[in-house]
Amino acid sequence: MDRRDSLRSLLLGSVAGGLALHGCKPADNEIADALGTQAEEHLFGRTPEEKEQIAKLRAEAFFNDHELETIVVLASRILPPHPEFGGPVEAEVPEFIEFMAKDIPELQTTLRGGLMWLDHQSNTQYGIEFKGATEDQQKALMDTIAFYDPEVRGDERPLEIQFFSLMRNLTVCGYYTSKVGIAELGYKGNSPNVWDGVPQEVLDKHGMAYEEEWLAKCVDQSRRNETAEWDEEGNLLT
Amino acid sequence: MQIKENPTVYDAIIVGSGAGGGMATKVLADAGLKVAVVEAGPFFDPKNPEQQTQLKWPYESPRRGAGTVRDFGEFDAAYGGWEIEGEPYTRKDGTQFDWFRSHMLGGRTNHWGRISLRFGPLDFKHKDVDGLGDNWPIGYEDVKPYYDKVDKLIGVFGSKENLPNEPDGFFLPAPKPRLHELYYIKAARKSGITVIPSRLSMLTKRINEDRGVCFYCGQCSRACQVHADFSAGTCLIFPAQKSRGQVDLFVNCVVREVTTNEEGRATGVSYINKEDRKEYTLKGKVVVLAASACSSARILLNSKSKQHPNGLGNGSDLVGKYLHDSTGSSRAGFIPDLMNRDIYNEDGVGGMHVYSPWWLDNRKLDFPRGYHIEVWGGMGMPNYGFGFDVNEFNKFFGLPTGGYGDQLRADVKKYYGAVVGFGGRGEPIALKDNYCEIDPTTVDQFGIPVLRFHYKWSDHERKQARHMQSTFEELIHNMGGEVLGNTPSAEQDYGLAAPGRIIHEVGTTRMGDDPKTSVTNRYQQLHEVDNVFITDAGPFVSQGDKNCTWTILALSMRASEYIVDQLKQQNI
Ligand SMILES: Cc1cc2nc3c(=O)[nH]c(=O)nc-3n(C[C@H](O)[C@H](O)[C@H](O)COP(=O)(O)OP(=O)(O)OC[C@H]3O[C@@H](n4cnc5c(N)ncnc54)[C@H](O)[C@@H]3O)c2cc1C
Ligand code: SF4
Repeated sequence: MDRRDSLRSLLLGSVAGGLALHGCKPADNEIADALGTQAEEHLFGRTPEEKEQIAKLRAEAFFNDHELETIVVLASRILPPHPEFGGPVEAEVPEFIEFMAKDIPELQTTLRGGLMWLDHQSNTQYGIEFKGATEDQQKALMDTIAFYDPEVRGDERPLEIQFFSLMRNLTVCGYYTSKVGIAELGYKGNSPNVWDGVPQEVLDKHGMAYEEEWLAKCVDQSRRNETAEWDEEGNLLT
Repeated sequence: MQIKENPTVYDAIIVGSGAGGGMATKVLADAGLKVAVVEAGPFFDPKNPEQQTQLKWPYESPRRGAGTVRDFGEFDAAYGGWEIEGEPYTRKDGTQFDWFRSHMLGGRTNHWGRISLRFGPLDFKHKDVDGLGDNWPIGYEDVKPYYDKVDKLIGVFGSKENLPNEPDGFFLPAPKPRLHELYYIKAARKSGITVIPSRLSMLTKRINEDRGVCFYCGQCSRACQVHADFSAGTCLIFPAQKSRGQVDLFVNCVVREVTTNEEGRATGVSYINKEDRKEYTLKGKVVVLAASACSSARILLNSKSKQHPNGLGNGSDLVGKYLHDSTGSSRAGFIPDLMNRDIYNEDGVGGMHVYSPWWLDNRKLDFPRGYHIEVWGGMGMPNYGFGFDVNEFNKFFGLPTGGYGDQLRADVKKYYGAVVGFGGRGEPIALKDNYCEIDPTTVDQFGIPVLRFHYKWSDHERKQARHMQSTFEELIHNMGGEVLGNTPSAEQDYGLAAPGRIIHEVGTTRMGDDPKTSVTNRYQQLHEVDNVFITDAGPFVSQGDKNCTWTILALSMRASEYIVDQLKQQNI
């Protein structure tokens, strides 16, 4: 089985087994959708060498099953599933984190070491690994490492705080760069359109207005398809 | 190994297919000539679904667009980068020059910023003003007719402003400013900084039947599938292939040297075909080097012969010297008034809609030459890095930074689109002691000796960067914002980017009337070899505070028309 397929089934197993936690357990067809659309090989302009390199990274396994399950639990606590859009699992955040750990090997020790730190703390305090602890226990542990002092340089903060920040960064980034996350954010671009300025109500809200003189230099979008012609002075005639 | 000869004799062999090579191809083919274009990279057309990155979503990439493989992110069109495996370059005496190369049809014009500025009258003769550097042997009036033709051929939007050193052209209409750009206009005016619509080469209006019109995806760095932004492949080479001339493309072929005969004149080039790794030669009446300023210098320096023991056309020993890149420094600010934005599509064109040309008088300043200000911001498409330190700006409100839970969703939306950034791009003084040369100890995977760089900034550039930083801080304050990061110190060169980082490499084969102090003449013809021309930015004597590519295009057109004329007259 391809690494991605095994990852997915592991993750679905953990979702089904209730590991992805409270509330929003995605309906079966949503999972199937996610699998169908996101797991298929997309053409996104890779050169043959780049394709090969991606295939190579995908074939390798970095995290073991326990680590991945812990990532699912932790990511779902960092960004709990949204009732309408879903959460880190639907956004394929665990797969993304696994891929990045191989793509940027400098991340590996922080991630793996941090996961061990979590289990060690949880074992010591509650006698159970992090992923099996209760929600309150997990949160109590997370509260000790979730906040950082912005006045201290990132690489000078305690390792467990660096770890949590990295997990939060990858989780939030992975979610908001996914199909479901982009839908939740409401980003409207990446599609053919005709830009004709800031909507009037937004201008009003910000106390801004376009000046006549400036607008006179701007494109009249109703004539964008008329071929440009100029007089000798460079004045546009069309 | 036997070198394989191609029996065809071309009117011209053009090395490189970027701005300089693309324009030479177009002009020579339009004149009915038989040309060979030898390009180190593969064929590239952003229309080809297999090569397209435009309109892709971040989740189509397993790394969500991270720049691990492509320096400017997974979806950038560049085949290349700061380092290319198997094609090293080296540095000398602990100095730094970073060299960005793209090997593909169209070169770096597939993913450049499309900021398309003419040099002004002053930019050709700045020594007359401050005694620094050298004047060009030609002036604005020599180049103006070519700028005019380039504007009409390729298309550039902008506005007539009648500013003394920012010549107007034949502009397409500009796109309306985005919201953060309206904030910028206000802030700039408050500080007395000129601000005008930007000048970029995307088609906001149709110019011909071959190319589409911009549909505002904001992704020109990914190269446009309807060919609405300028790339040398789509806008020059493809039309040249349809002209009355003959254009033979040799892609994946790396030129090693210019071959010469007993008289020391060029006979053609020798190249290595990447596919079979064998050496070949091509014959031509004229050789046009346009492999980028440093690559062309490298080819000349590697073309040693009995007649040219120091490298081709290098009797002056100036090939590779006077290399210079623009100065650059940047800063960003968080603008509270741009928090909690209404979300709508503001992708616009793939670049800024407004900018500031140089607005001050150097007589009142402690550095020579100016810089312009580029502006960025807005609600862009999420990509790798989006949401990192999601609520870092909480620190400005005395709120905790970090955390977890649904609060993070609110934080993402609160701060989305609330950062505005500035880049200053300025004019350096060209120095003989900033150069590239052949490293005698290193070859690339094709056995070709590589370049070694020696480059140091002077206080002229450092002080300019300091001025940029204080300007940016003032602008951010004018916008009611918080400046991000600390003011860069003297030890940090005031935030001045390392040489090469602004990717405007020029000057390595500079033009002049005196063969002792220049490599090429006013028509970019080697003083010492009359059938070799250079149409990249090598012949630049200086580069103003204007990005260099529009001038590469105009000068390549000018040199190419001269080549056609000289061939007709049988002078070469
Ligand atoms: C991210 C980015 C943004 C930029 N933004 C702007 C901007 O906004 N405005 C601006 O004016 N400029 C900008 N530039 C700079 C602009 O891209 C260059 O000035 C321009 O492309 C130079 O044209 P050229 O023809 O000299 O070289 P290139 O475009 O680099 O083309 C050279 C070609 O020669 C080929 N070649 C090299 N060596 C050999 C060899 N030995 N044999 C055969 N072929 C060879 C290369 O593969 C390449 O295709 C930007 C550059 C980058 C990377
Ligand atoms: S912004 Fe316009 S010109 Fe640029 S890639 Fe998109 S559609 Fe093409």
